[in-house]
Amino acid sequence: MNRYLRYSVPLIVFGIIAVFLYKGLGMNPREIPSPLIGKSIPEFSLPSVESAQTMINDQNLKGKIYLLNVWATWCVSCRAEHDTLVHLARSGKVEIVGLNWKDERVKAQAWLQQLGDPYTVNIFDKKGRTAIDLGVYGAPETFLVDGDGIIHYKHAGPLTLGVFNETLLPMINDLKAKGS
Amino acid sequence: MRLFLLSFIYLLGLTALQAATLAEYTFEDPAQDEDFREIIEEMRCLVCQNESLAGSNAELAIDLRNEIYDMMKGGQSKGEIIDFMVARYGDFVLYSPPVKPSTYPIWFGPLIVFLIGGVVLFRIIKRKNQSRETELSEAEQQKLEKLLNQSNEQRDTNQ
Repeated sequence: MNRYLRYSVPLIVFGIIAVFLYKGLGMNPREIPSPLIGKSIPEFSLPSVESAQTMINDQNLKGKIYLLNVWATWCVSCRAEHDTLVHLARSGKVEIVGLNWKDERVKAQAWLQQLGDPYTVNIFDKKGRTAIDLGVYGAPETFLVDGDGIIHYKHAGPLTLGVFNETLLPMINDLKAKGS
Repeated sequence: MRLFLLSFIYLLGLTALQAATLAEYTFEDPAQDEDFREIIEEMRCLVCQNESLAGSNAELAIDLRNEIYDMMKGGQSKGEIIDFMVARYGDFVLYSPPVKPSTYPIWFGPLIVFLIGGVVLFRIIKRKNQSRETELSEAEQQKLEKLLNQSNEQRDTNQ
Protein backbone atom coordinates (compact mmCIF):
# COMPACT_ATOMS: atom_id res chain seq x y z
CA MET A 1 0.00 0.00 0.00
CA ASN A 2 1.13 3.45 -0.85
CA ARG A 3 2.75 5.15 2.12
CA TYR A 4 0.67 8.36 1.79
CA LEU A 5 -2.52 6.38 1.38
CA ARG A 6 -1.73 4.48 4.57
CA TYR A 7 -1.24 7.67 6.55
CA SER A 8 -4.41 9.20 5.19
CA VAL A 9 -6.59 6.29 6.41
CA PRO A 10 -7.07 7.74 9.94
CA LEU A 11 -7.87 11.09 8.38
CA ILE A 12 -10.52 9.52 6.14
CA VAL A 13 -12.01 7.59 9.06
CA PHE A 14 -12.06 10.80 11.10
CA GLY A 15 -13.74 12.58 8.21
CA ILE A 16 -16.51 9.97 7.98
CA ILE A 17 -17.15 10.06 11.72
CA ALA A 18 -17.15 13.86 11.66
CA VAL A 19 -19.78 13.92 8.91
CA PHE A 20 -22.05 11.58 10.89
CA LEU A 21 -21.59 13.54 14.11
CA TYR A 22 -22.21 16.82 12.32
CA LYS A 23 -25.43 15.50 10.84
CA GLY A 24 -26.40 14.23 14.27
CA LEU A 25 -26.07 17.73 15.69
CA GLY A 26 -28.82 18.96 13.40
CA MET A 27 -31.17 16.07 14.09
CA ASN A 28 -34.05 16.26 16.50
CA PRO A 29 -34.42 13.10 18.62
CA ARG A 30 -38.03 14.13 19.34
CA GLU A 31 -38.89 13.77 15.70
CA ILE A 32 -40.04 10.20 15.43
CA PRO A 33 -41.38 9.14 12.04
CA SER A 34 -45.11 8.62 12.39
CA PRO A 35 -46.50 5.33 11.08
CA LEU A 36 -49.83 7.11 10.62
CA ILE A 37 -48.74 9.06 7.55
CA GLY A 38 -50.87 7.93 4.63
CA LYS A 39 -53.47 6.51 6.99
CA SER A 40 -56.83 7.81 8.12
CA ILE A 41 -57.24 9.76 11.32
CA PRO A 42 -58.62 7.43 14.01
CA GLU A 43 -62.32 7.12 14.63
CA PHE A 44 -63.43 9.12 17.61
CA SER A 45 -66.42 10.79 19.17
CA LEU A 46 -65.58 13.46 21.69
CA PRO A 47 -67.15 16.62 23.07
CA SER A 48 -65.95 20.04 22.01
CA VAL A 49 -63.93 22.34 24.23
CA GLU A 50 -66.80 24.82 24.17
CA SER A 51 -69.47 22.49 25.44
CA ALA A 52 -69.76 18.97 26.83
CA GLN A 53 -73.05 18.63 24.95
CA THR A 54 -71.60 19.22 21.47
CA MET A 55 -70.14 15.99 20.14
CA ILE A 56 -67.61 15.88 17.31
CA ASN A 57 -66.56 12.78 15.40
CA ASP A 58 -64.07 12.00 12.67
CA GLN A 59 -66.77 12.04 9.98
CA ASN A 60 -67.66 15.68 10.79
CA LEU A 61 -64.17 16.75 9.80
CA LYS A 62 -64.24 15.27 6.30
CA GLY A 63 -64.40 17.38 3.18
CA LYS A 64 -61.74 19.95 3.98
CA ILE A 65 -58.00 20.18 4.28
CA TYR A 66 -56.98 21.14 7.80
CA LEU A 67 -54.22 21.16 10.37
CA LEU A 68 -54.96 19.07 13.43
CA ASN A 69 -53.15 20.74 16.30
CA VAL A 70 -52.66 18.90 19.60
CA TRP A 71 -52.46 21.41 22.42
CA ALA A 72 -52.95 21.90 26.16
CA THR A 73 -52.80 24.75 28.62
CA TRP A 74 -50.15 22.94 30.68
CA CYS A 75 -47.89 22.84 27.63
CA VAL A 76 -45.41 25.70 27.56
CA SER A 77 -44.42 25.18 23.93
CA CYS A 78 -48.09 25.45 22.96
CA ARG A 79 -48.13 28.94 24.43
CA ALA A 80 -45.08 29.78 22.33
CA GLU A 81 -46.79 28.39 19.25
CA HIS A 82 -50.18 29.98 19.83
CA ASP A 83 -49.51 33.34 18.19
CA THR A 84 -48.37 31.55 15.03
CA LEU A 85 -51.60 29.56 14.97
CA VAL A 86 -53.70 32.70 15.42
CA HIS A 87 -51.74 34.39 12.64
CA LEU A 88 -52.23 31.38 10.32
CA ALA A 89 -55.94 31.16 11.06
CA ARG A 90 -56.36 34.87 10.25
CA SER A 91 -54.40 34.51 7.01
CA GLY A 92 -57.06 32.08 5.80
CA LYS A 93 -54.46 29.77 4.24
CA VAL A 94 -55.62 26.74 6.16
CA GLU A 95 -58.18 25.73 8.72
CA ILE A 96 -56.95 24.60 12.11
CA VAL A 97 -58.73 21.96 14.17
CA GLY A 98 -57.67 21.70 17.80
CA LEU A 99 -57.29 18.57 19.89
CA ASN A 100 -57.13 19.68 23.48
CA TRP A 101 -55.13 16.98 25.23
CA LYS A 102 -55.57 15.95 28.88
CA ASP A 103 -56.60 19.40 29.94
CA GLU A 104 -59.29 21.12 31.97
CA ARG A 105 -62.17 22.61 30.08
CA VAL A 106 -62.29 25.85 32.11
CA LYS A 107 -58.58 26.47 31.65
CA ALA A 108 -58.75 25.73 27.94
CA GLN A 109 -61.67 28.12 27.48
CA ALA A 110 -59.90 30.87 29.43
CA TRP A 111 -56.76 30.42 27.33
CA LEU A 112 -58.69 30.81 24.09
CA GLN A 113 -60.50 33.86 25.40
CA GLN A 114 -57.28 35.55 26.46
CA LEU A 115 -55.00 34.62 23.60
CA GLY A 116 -57.40 34.33 20.71
CA ASP A 117 -59.02 31.25 19.20
CA PRO A 118 -57.44 29.99 15.98
CA TYR A 119 -59.51 26.79 15.90
CA THR A 120 -62.59 26.27 13.78
CA VAL A 121 -63.33 23.11 15.73
CA ASN A 122 -61.81 22.22 19.07
CA ILE A 123 -61.97 18.64 20.30
CA PHE A 124 -61.78 17.97 24.03
CA ASP A 125 -59.76 14.79 24.72
CA LYS A 126 -59.73 14.72 28.49
CA LYS A 127 -58.54 11.13 28.82
CA GLY A 128 -56.04 11.31 25.97
CA ARG A 129 -57.42 8.14 24.36
CA THR A 130 -57.73 9.64 20.88
CA ALA A 131 -54.28 11.15 21.30
CA ILE A 132 -52.93 7.62 21.84
CA ASP A 133 -54.65 6.52 18.62
CA LEU A 134 -52.92 9.42 16.89
CA GLY A 135 -49.56 8.36 18.28
CA VAL A 136 -49.19 11.64 20.17
CA TYR A 137 -46.24 11.59 22.55
CA GLY A 138 -45.94 15.25 23.37
CA ALA A 139 -47.57 18.59 22.77
CA PRO A 140 -47.69 20.47 20.55
CA GLU A 141 -48.00 18.21 17.55
CA THR A 142 -49.55 19.18 14.25
CA PHE A 143 -50.96 16.88 11.57
CA LEU A 144 -51.87 17.80 8.02
CA VAL A 145 -55.12 16.05 7.11
CA ASP A 146 -56.88 16.04 3.74
CA GLY A 147 -60.56 16.00 2.85
CA ASP A 148 -60.73 12.21 3.05
CA GLY A 149 -59.29 12.24 6.54
CA ILE A 150 -55.88 10.97 5.42
CA ILE A 151 -52.86 12.20 7.38
CA HIS A 152 -50.12 13.58 5.11
CA TYR A 153 -47.61 15.05 7.51
CA LYS A 154 -46.83 15.30 11.17
CA HIS A 155 -44.83 18.02 12.84
CA ALA A 156 -43.68 17.47 16.43
CA GLY A 157 -42.95 20.59 18.44
CA PRO A 158 -44.09 24.17 18.03
CA LEU A 159 -45.21 25.09 14.54
CA THR A 160 -43.35 28.06 13.13
CA LEU A 161 -44.12 30.17 10.09
CA GLY A 162 -40.90 28.80 8.58
CA VAL A 163 -42.09 25.19 8.87
CA PHE A 164 -45.52 26.18 7.61
CA ASN A 165 -44.29 28.08 4.57
CA GLU A 166 -41.53 25.68 3.61
CA THR A 167 -43.14 22.32 4.28
CA LEU A 168 -46.85 22.51 4.96
CA LEU A 169 -47.97 25.17 2.51
CA PRO A 170 -46.53 23.38 -0.57
CA MET A 171 -48.24 20.17 0.56
CA ILE A 172 -51.53 21.99 1.13
CA ASN A 173 -51.31 23.56 -2.33
CA ASP A 174 -50.58 20.15 -3.84
CA LEU A 175 -53.60 18.66 -2.11
CA LYS A 176 -55.80 21.54 -3.24
CA ALA A 177 -54.55 21.09 -6.81
CA LYS A 178 -55.53 17.43 -6.65
CA GLY A 179 -58.94 18.61 -5.60
CA SER A 180 -59.25 16.60 -2.43
CA MET B 1 -20.69 10.62 54.23
CA ARG B 2 -23.95 11.45 55.93
CA LEU B 3 -25.13 13.18 52.82
CA PHE B 4 -24.19 10.13 50.80
CA LEU B 5 -26.12 7.83 53.12
CA LEU B 6 -29.11 10.12 53.07
CA SER B 7 -29.19 10.27 49.31
CA PHE B 8 -28.80 6.50 49.18
CA ILE B 9 -31.80 6.05 51.47
CA TYR B 10 -33.70 8.53 49.33
CA LEU B 11 -32.93 6.53 46.19
CA LEU B 12 -34.03 3.34 47.90
CA GLY B 13 -37.28 5.11 48.68
CA LEU B 14 -37.69 6.04 45.04
CA THR B 15 -37.33 2.47 43.81
CA ALA B 16 -39.82 1.36 46.43
CA LEU B 17 -42.20 4.04 45.19
CA GLN B 18 -41.86 2.83 41.64
CA ALA B 19 -42.42 -0.77 42.62
CA ALA B 20 -45.56 0.39 44.38
CA THR B 21 -46.91 2.08 41.28
CA LEU B 22 -46.47 -1.11 39.24
CA ALA B 23 -48.01 -3.30 41.94
CA GLU B 24 -51.44 -1.95 41.14
CA TYR B 25 -51.46 -4.03 37.94
CA THR B 26 -52.60 -7.45 39.02
CA PHE B 27 -53.67 -10.44 36.99
CA GLU B 28 -55.22 -13.70 38.05
CA ASP B 29 -53.22 -15.61 35.47
CA PRO B 30 -49.49 -15.55 36.26
CA ALA B 31 -48.63 -16.01 32.56
CA GLN B 32 -50.57 -12.86 31.74
CA ASP B 33 -48.81 -11.05 34.53
CA GLU B 34 -45.46 -12.09 33.08
CA ASP B 35 -46.50 -11.01 29.57
CA PHE B 36 -47.62 -7.63 30.86
CA ARG B 37 -44.34 -7.01 32.62
CA GLU B 38 -42.38 -8.14 29.57
CA ILE B 39 -44.31 -5.80 27.28
CA ILE B 40 -43.82 -2.72 29.41
CA GLU B 41 -40.14 -3.54 29.84
CA GLU B 42 -39.65 -3.89 26.08
CA MET B 43 -41.44 -0.67 25.19
CA ARG B 44 -39.83 2.70 25.14
CA CYS B 45 -41.48 5.63 26.86
CA LEU B 46 -41.68 8.22 24.08
CA VAL B 47 -41.40 11.14 26.44
CA CYS B 48 -38.27 10.07 28.31
CA GLN B 49 -36.71 8.12 25.52
CA ASN B 50 -34.19 6.28 27.65
CA GLU B 51 -36.78 4.85 29.96
CA SER B 52 -39.04 1.89 29.40
CA LEU B 53 -42.77 2.11 29.88
CA ALA B 54 -42.25 0.14 33.07
CA GLY B 55 -39.68 2.53 34.45
CA SER B 56 -41.15 5.87 33.49
CA ASN B 57 -43.44 8.03 35.52
CA ALA B 58 -44.25 10.33 32.63
CA GLU B 59 -48.00 10.88 32.22
CA LEU B 60 -48.02 9.31 28.79
CA ALA B 61 -46.22 6.23 30.12
CA ILE B 62 -48.83 5.87 32.85
CA ASP B 63 -51.65 6.23 30.29
CA LEU B 64 -50.03 3.68 28.01
CA ARG B 65 -49.46 1.25 30.87
CA ASN B 66 -53.14 1.56 31.76
CA GLU B 67 -54.13 1.08 28.15
CA ILE B 68 -51.99 -2.05 27.83
CA TYR B 69 -53.36 -3.33 31.12
CA ASP B 70 -56.93 -2.84 29.93
CA MET B 71 -56.12 -4.58 26.66
CA MET B 72 -54.63 -7.58 28.47
CA LYS B 73 -57.62 -7.72 30.79
CA GLY B 74 -59.76 -7.64 27.67
CA GLY B 75 -58.04 -10.84 26.57
CA GLN B 76 -55.75 -9.45 23.87
CA SER B 77 -52.51 -11.28 23.23
CA LYS B 78 -48.99 -9.94 23.55
CA GLY B 79 -48.62 -9.84 19.76
CA GLU B 80 -51.83 -7.87 19.35
CA ILE B 81 -50.73 -5.31 21.92
CA ILE B 82 -47.32 -4.90 20.29
CA ASP B 83 -49.03 -4.39 16.90
CA PHE B 84 -51.33 -1.82 18.49
CA MET B 85 -48.39 0.15 19.85
CA VAL B 86 -46.31 -0.08 16.66
CA ALA B 87 -49.29 1.04 14.54
CA ARG B 88 -49.43 4.25 16.58
CA TYR B 89 -45.88 5.03 17.57
CA GLY B 90 -43.83 3.14 14.99
CA ASP B 91 -40.94 0.73 15.51
CA PHE B 92 -39.36 3.39 17.65
CA VAL B 93 -41.50 2.28 20.55
CA LEU B 94 -39.73 -1.10 20.57
CA TYR B 95 -36.36 -1.32 22.24
CA SER B 96 -35.42 -4.15 19.94
CA PRO B 97 -36.44 -3.12 16.42
CA PRO B 98 -37.55 -5.76 13.87
CA VAL B 99 -35.04 -6.90 11.27
CA LYS B 100 -35.93 -5.21 7.96
CA PRO B 101 -34.05 -3.24 5.28
CA SER B 102 -34.32 0.10 7.11
CA THR B 103 -32.88 -1.43 10.29
CA TYR B 104 -30.13 -3.50 8.62
CA PRO B 105 -27.46 -0.94 9.56
CA ILE B 106 -28.36 -1.27 13.25
CA TRP B 107 -28.44 -5.05 13.19
CA PHE B 108 -25.51 -5.80 10.91
CA GLY B 109 -23.41 -2.63 11.19
CA PRO B 110 -21.46 -3.83 14.23
CA LEU B 111 -20.75 -7.19 12.57
CA ILE B 112 -19.43 -5.44 9.44
CA VAL B 113 -17.21 -3.13 11.49
CA PHE B 114 -15.99 -6.20 13.39
CA LEU B 115 -15.16 -8.00 10.15
CA ILE B 116 -13.33 -4.96 8.74
CA GLY B 117 -11.35 -4.77 11.99
CA GLY B 118 -10.55 -8.48 11.70
CA VAL B 119 -9.29 -8.12 8.13
CA VAL B 120 -7.14 -5.11 9.06
CA LEU B 121 -5.74 -6.93 12.09
CA PHE B 122 -5.02 -10.04 10.02
CA ARG B 123 -3.16 -8.04 7.42
CA ILE B 124 -1.07 -6.22 10.01
CA ILE B 125 -0.10 -9.48 11.72
CA LYS B 126 0.73 -11.06 8.37
CA ARG B 127 2.93 -8.12 7.42
CA LYS B 128 4.76 -8.23 10.76
CA ASN B 129 5.53 -11.90 10.24
CA GLN B 130 6.78 -11.27 6.75
CA SER B 131 9.08 -8.47 7.83
CA ARG B 132 10.65 -10.84 10.32
CA GLU B 133 11.53 -13.22 7.50
CA THR B 134 12.92 -10.61 5.17
CA GLU B 135 16.04 -11.59 3.36
CA LEU B 136 19.41 -10.33 4.48
CA SER B 137 21.35 -7.97 2.33
CA GLU B 138 24.57 -9.07 0.72
CA ALA B 139 26.69 -7.42 3.39
CA GLU B 140 24.62 -8.87 6.22
CA GLN B 141 24.81 -12.33 4.68
CA GLN B 142 28.59 -12.14 4.59
CA LYS B 143 28.72 -10.88 8.16
CA LEU B 144 26.51 -13.73 9.29
CA GLU B 145 28.61 -16.34 7.55
CA LYS B 146 31.68 -14.87 9.09
CA LEU B 147 30.18 -15.10 12.56
CA LEU B 148 29.01 -18.64 11.98
CA ASN B 149 32.42 -19.67 10.76
CA GLN B 150 33.98 -18.03 13.77
CA SER B 151 31.82 -19.97 16.20
CA ASN B 152 32.51 -23.17 14.27
CA GLU B 153 36.21 -22.55 14.55
CA GLN B 154 35.86 -21.88 18.22
CA ARG B 155 34.01 -25.10 18.67
CA ASP B 156 36.73 -26.91 16.78
CA THR B 157 39.41 -25.54 19.01
CA ASN B 158 37.45 -26.39 22.08
CA GLN B 159 37.22 -29.99 21.17
